[in-house]
Amino acid sequence: MNTQTFHGGIHPPENKTQSTQTPIETALLPNKLILPLQQHIGQQAKPLVSPGERVLKGQMIAAAVGYISAAVHAPTSGIVTAIEAHALPHPSGLSGQCIVIKPDGQDQWSELTPLENYQQADKATLLQHISNAGITGLGGAGFPTAVKLNPSEELLIDTLILNAAECEPYITADDMLMRERAEEVIQGLHIIAQILQPSHCLIGIENNKPEAFDALHQALESSHLKDKIHLISIPTKYPSGGEKQLIQILTGTEVPNGGLPADIGIVCHNVGTAVAIYRAVTKGEPLISRVTTITGEAAARQGNIDVLIGTPIETLLNHFGVQQDLLHRVVMGGPMMGFTLDSVQLPIVKASNCIIAASRDELPDPAPEQACIRCGMCAEVCPATLLPQQLYWFSKAKEFDKALSHNLLDCIECGACSYVCPSNIPLVQYYRFTKGEIRIEEHERTASDHARQRFEARQIRLDKEAADKEAKRQARAAAAAAKKAEKAGAADDDSTKAAVVQAALERAQARKEKKAAAADSNPRD
Amino acid sequence: MSILTAILILLALAAIFGIILGFAAVYFKVDEDPVVDQIDNILPQTQCGQCSYPGCKPYAEAIANGDEINKCPPGGESTIHALAELLGRDFVPLDEDHGEEKDKRVALIREAECIGCTKCIQACPVDAILGAAKQMHTVIAQECTGCDLCLEPCPVDCIDMVPVQTTTNEWRWNLPGTADSTHHSLIASDHDPRTVKENTEASA
Repeated sequence: MNTQTFHGGIHPPENKTQSTQTPIETALLPNKLILPLQQHIGQQAKPLVSPGERVLKGQMIAAAVGYISAAVHAPTSGIVTAIEAHALPHPSGLSGQCIVIKPDGQDQWSELTPLENYQQADKATLLQHISNAGITGLGGAGFPTAVKLNPSEELLIDTLILNAAECEPYITADDMLMRERAEEVIQGLHIIAQILQPSHCLIGIENNKPEAFDALHQALESSHLKDKIHLISIPTKYPSGGEKQLIQILTGTEVPNGGLPADIGIVCHNVGTAVAIYRAVTKGEPLISRVTTITGEAAARQGNIDVLIGTPIETLLNHFGVQQDLLHRVVMGGPMMGFTLDSVQLPIVKASNCIIAASRDELPDPAPEQACIRCGMCAEVCPATLLPQQLYWFSKAKEFDKALSHNLLDCIECGACSYVCPSNIPLVQYYRFTKGEIRIEEHERTASDHARQRFEARQIRLDKEAADKEAKRQARAAAAAAKKAEKAGAADDDSTKAAVVQAALERAQARKEKKAAAADSNPRD
Repeated sequence: MSILTAILILLALAAIFGIILGFAAVYFKVDEDPVVDQIDNILPQTQCGQCSYPGCKPYAEAIANGDEINKCPPGGESTIHALAELLGRDFVPLDEDHGEEKDKRVALIREAECIGCTKCIQACPVDAILGAAKQMHTVIAQECTGCDLCLEPCPVDCIDMVPVQTTTNEWRWNLPGTADSTHHSLIASDHDPRTVKENTEASA
């Protein structure tokens, strides 16, 4: 199959061989596990346990809230010691609510519920099962997988892409996973295909991973969907693993501005996610561990480990023999898109694919920023065909409207522009700043519209209440007036009655007088 | 004679255009001044009255009629900038007489102390306080605009204005080069360590 290419891209030193020499190590049991309630994009999960409670391995300890959210499960058996604010592995260094578990060492599983006869299961059952397993995208962004597997009914998904590119330097977690668990990757792909029913599946893998390619190729031999699944080797170039870039390489189509791959009939998942789906469906195991690369010159051993979610990074670094005197900084994620951690007390989360314990020579502090010389190299490497230089000026001048009209939101923050900039301008940081400001401005606008709506609704209600009151008052006044008038009418009746009485009296008087007159005319004898 | 013709032609033209304008005034009539709506869209809709008008819309009308654009503390500098741009006026710093710009805050009722008088409910311009007579009241934090209007009527002073906590969902990156921005530096701006090393060695 022919592959296309995307605009720009760079070839940074790969630094991948250091961590692919040894097989994936099995999980180590730390003496404390810190599980953030929010390890995904969307709403924070709601705790289901309370401090002091004993939990079993695989037990759901926090449930998803709303549609875009993901559950959290206990990675081992133990006692919940606290539910408290703890620093998160996030570039902000902010804290968030975490469930802290002290393992009891027994590693006792809760009762697992695999999906029986999953090949016959319908889409809703599979999605529910995946959602219950708390699976999020393991490629880095951490979007809840069940949501991504359920695109709008109106969209026809004809291509399923399995992202095995792993283009960022240093990271080898997906590579090692494919080498060792190719079978599970393919099984996971089968389940995803069963849900989405695409007409064909593409696996895109960079050509710097021949072992993983061979392993997948072999695993595909026995697949019943062999004719539908195409394993495609793509040239090594950063950032070919970006979702939009991989789609362009494999299909030649571009995701429209502001749109999702599903809009053009494509859904893309990471190989690690496929394995997590396979395990959840066939074994009932929720997402409680992931393969993470531990690398960098400060580590005595470099390799991959199947690490429990929530393991403190310090424990991991000690396990890999990190020398404190060599250690300059600890980076989560790759050297292009990752961020420096403030502390090593932070936990591994679902999206942590790599920890780099870098020496000073390896990842030195950024050189001071110098003036832009308008060389245009950034525009040459931009995989989204943007104009990084223009965006930089707009960001610096805080001209957010102009940045928006130059499609800033299409920037995938891959860092290729910063990498080639001869003036050491941290371009991506400028774009991140501007994106944040735009997001906040938008948020404030919707909030103020909402407040206006509520204010106006209240105003209408108050006016209506006042009008009702006035109407009632008038009605009462009218009623009172009517009553008064009626009373006056009744008084008139009284006078007629009186007149009648008067008339009767007068008649009686007249009769009396008549009698008296008659008596007078008939003198007594 | 020619002067008379010219005058007649001009009069005729004036009459024609007068008729066109007259019809346009009737058929394309705008009920409300559109500038007022545009100004109102920029104002933060806290309805706090710090501008001395009874809400954002009345202040928008006042601005349209020539009032100063710097009387809105909740909107702060960014609102003044936006208004200045919309109206083609010069930027003026916030008028301190009307208050100072503060971070976003929301009202919080100390519920144990609330006596259920409903005075704050009546004062809230956006119906963000829930409660009934002789029942405890509470603020719906998501709806609260932080206008402070509920503070004054409370007879037992049980309402606090608390700053809104930033979580990772609201957090944003700082502009590079400003305080605290290099602290969480993205390493994407780093270069190939080998070449940096060579360069530093070469220059050393």
